[in-house]
Amino acid sequence: MAKNETDAKQALHIISMLVEDKFGVLQRISGVFSRRGFNMDSLTVGATTTPGVSRMTITTRGTDERVEQIVKQLSKLVETLKVSELSPDDSVSREIALVKVSVKDFATRSEVLSYADIFRARVVDVAAKSLTIEITGESTKVDAFIDLIKPFGIKEVVRTGICALQRD
Amino acid sequence: MAKMKGAKAVVEALKKEGVTTMFGFPGGANMPIYDALIEEEKNLRHILVRHEQGAAHAAEGYARASGTTGVCMATSGPGGTNLLTGIADAYLDSVPIVAITAQVSSHLIGGDAFQEADLFGLTMPITKHNYKILDAQELPKVFKEAFALTRLGRPGPVAIDIPKDVLNTMIEFNYPKGELKIPGYQPQLIGHPEQIKKAVDMIVAAERPLILAGGGIIASNAHQELVALAEALFAPVTTTLMAKGAISDLHPLCLNQPGMHGRVVANWAIQNCDLLICIGARFDDRITGDPATFATNAKIIHIDIDTAEIGKNVRVHLPIVGDAKSILTEMLKMLANVKYTKGENEWRKRIKELKRECTCDFNLKGNPIKPQKVIWELNQLMPKDGILVTEVGQHQMFAMHFYKAPGPRQFISSGGLGTMGFGLPAAIGAKAAKPDKTVVDLAGDGSILMVNQEFTTSVEHDLPVAAVVLNNNWLGMVKQWQKLFFEKRYSGTNLGKMPNFVKLIEAYHGKGERVERESEVHDALQRALKTDVAFLLDIVTDPEEDILPMVPAGGRLDHMILGKPCPKI
Ligand SMILES: Cc1ncc(C[n+]2csc(CCOP(=O)(O)OP(=O)(O)O)c2C)c(N)n1
Repeated sequence: MAKNETDAKQALHIISMLVEDKFGVLQRISGVFSRRGFNMDSLTVGATTTPGVSRMTITTRGTDERVEQIVKQLSKLVETLKVSELSPDDSVSREIALVKVSVKDFATRSEVLSYADIFRARVVDVAAKSLTIEITGESTKVDAFIDLIKPFGIKEVVRTGICALQRD
Repeated sequence: MAKMKGAKAVVEALKKEGVTTMFGFPGGANMPIYDALIEEEKNLRHILVRHEQGAAHAAEGYARASGTTGVCMATSGPGGTNLLTGIADAYLDSVPIVAITAQVSSHLIGGDAFQEADLFGLTMPITKHNYKILDAQELPKVFKEAFALTRLGRPGPVAIDIPKDVLNTMIEFNYPKGELKIPGYQPQLIGHPEQIKKAVDMIVAAERPLILAGGGIIASNAHQELVALAEALFAPVTTTLMAKGAISDLHPLCLNQPGMHGRVVANWAIQNCDLLICIGARFDDRITGDPATFATNAKIIHIDIDTAEIGKNVRVHLPIVGDAKSILTEMLKMLANVKYTKGENEWRKRIKELKRECTCDFNLKGNPIKPQKVIWELNQLMPKDGILVTEVGQHQMFAMHFYKAPGPRQFISSGGLGTMGFGLPAAIGAKAAKPDKTVVDLAGDGSILMVNQEFTTSVEHDLPVAAVVLNNNWLGMVKQWQKLFFEKRYSGTNLGKMPNFVKLIEAYHGKGERVERESEVHDALQRALKTDVAFLLDIVTDPEEDILPMVPAGGRLDHMILGKPCPKI
């Protein structure tokens, strides 16, 4: 079995970090993963309120021990200021997906729209033969929505990856 | 505030850091630094190596002999890539070095310019931290931080890549004073008192405590505390290759090294202790064998400055994160205030017995010359403050096994990376740090040929070291594996027609001798050790003498292939 397949069966972990906004920092961090044969399921980076400091959220799969080792190695990097693992129960997480789905006729169009409505997703672009829908929520919700409209024919999909914060 | 070129600022920064010796090799991109070095001839000795790999290893040897940060330098492209082996070696053995490389000018970076290699990217996974300086004004701060990082917490190499135009830019040289705050790197130095207290309780309760000491003891200068702890507990100590000498190999409590080529007594002690106190070692696979069968009768206390080492390779019952010296000091204080008895028991008796049976302290006579014989003679002849450096292979393991290192920083060997070609340049570096000491490189014939150009460096810079070559005409260690695990199918390991080593060293303006008879070893070695110029002693040794005992890779420590003089366990 390929390494990634074994990993896929293992629990999802969310790693949240504050990093110095310097060139090379992403390479350092991805190096910690790739060296150990770990895949990142998703990665988001964005500015924080402190100039020069970014927040990164990475999701990965693996045994608790191996992920703990990764967290320790990440903490050791000079340009990471804070590294923590977020537990799903104590954190809030969101992901955005844009889904371009084909709609060949009026009936499918209204069916897709009604699903979007149930999921509180928004239509962000309308074309003759397709709709582009924006959905936001926990990854499981995004997964569920995509599964549901798959039968209509998904032309393209793009997901941002998870961003997450610890609850207070 | 002085205005100066970036290149001059590099040299000034080195002086501010107290650097008096550096090892390097010039090229197009780092020429501005070489130009700036001319004025500093008296303050900052530049030792021209003959291959950049030698510069990195020499910086390591310097650092390991002196306890201060070693410095090496190379030009862009091939100069920098030639440094990589040495940097990786320093990374795995936690050796504090700063590696300075020059880079093509900023406007050329990324355009496949002449002699461009992404040294920032290449050194990233083999350094503790690395820098590429794109803003010349940052230069002083980067150097200050780099030097601090080599020694703060767990030591290690730091690389600095500087484009040529940055070296030529005028900057305000304002070297940061005092301690620099590095927000992203704040290692825990003081052990948690509660954890130390718990450790003391475990120690007091233990009947069969064993100390496993690693290179962290030497890095932290905690060798005296180590010996004090061992004596207070009447506990035997086994030291990893990196810690050889942390407690004298001659100390009655020292069991020498454990692991794949370790002593029977050390491995037996690990497998049968009820408490293993590991200090500054990282449970490398060469030490543990199969981790699932390692020290299964013991609770393990792991003292290390690097949190990431805790629980990385073996299960640990009590971790204490912090600096070994400070933790051991606290521990000794607490122990002084509790009552405990640490008397003779069956376990200690058995250890004494095994230790006696595997003293490995014998004078093997006869021809062909046995490697053990050479090391036996070295033990007789080496001055008490001498430094033994090794290459990598059987000879290294013979040295580990048989050589009696009297103290810390007197046995220097490539442990983690196992780099053939480490020894000669590292010996030259050690000699530069300790010019008054006798420095010997115990070498294999294969290893020495990887770096023999550095004999020129030794001669040219008046850094006389003696290379004692155990010439078995084979890549002996690999041959041994082929013998044991590949049904004697020898492939790529016979060295065939060897060079005439005596002529070789003479060509480098050094001195050399060849020894083929056991009866000649003593006198020849004596002459080699007394040399005032680079010396190569070519000793023809028995190619069939394997280094035993041995735990096959991934095996159990108590299932060893035993050698002739080994006690049965
Ligand atoms: C740079 C490098 N290449 C290859 C090896 C693999 N290797 C380990 S020991 C050894 C043989 C060393 O031969 P020699 O220096 O003659 O020492 P001997 O084992 O004969 O004492 C080799 C090839 C290594 N450790 N380092």
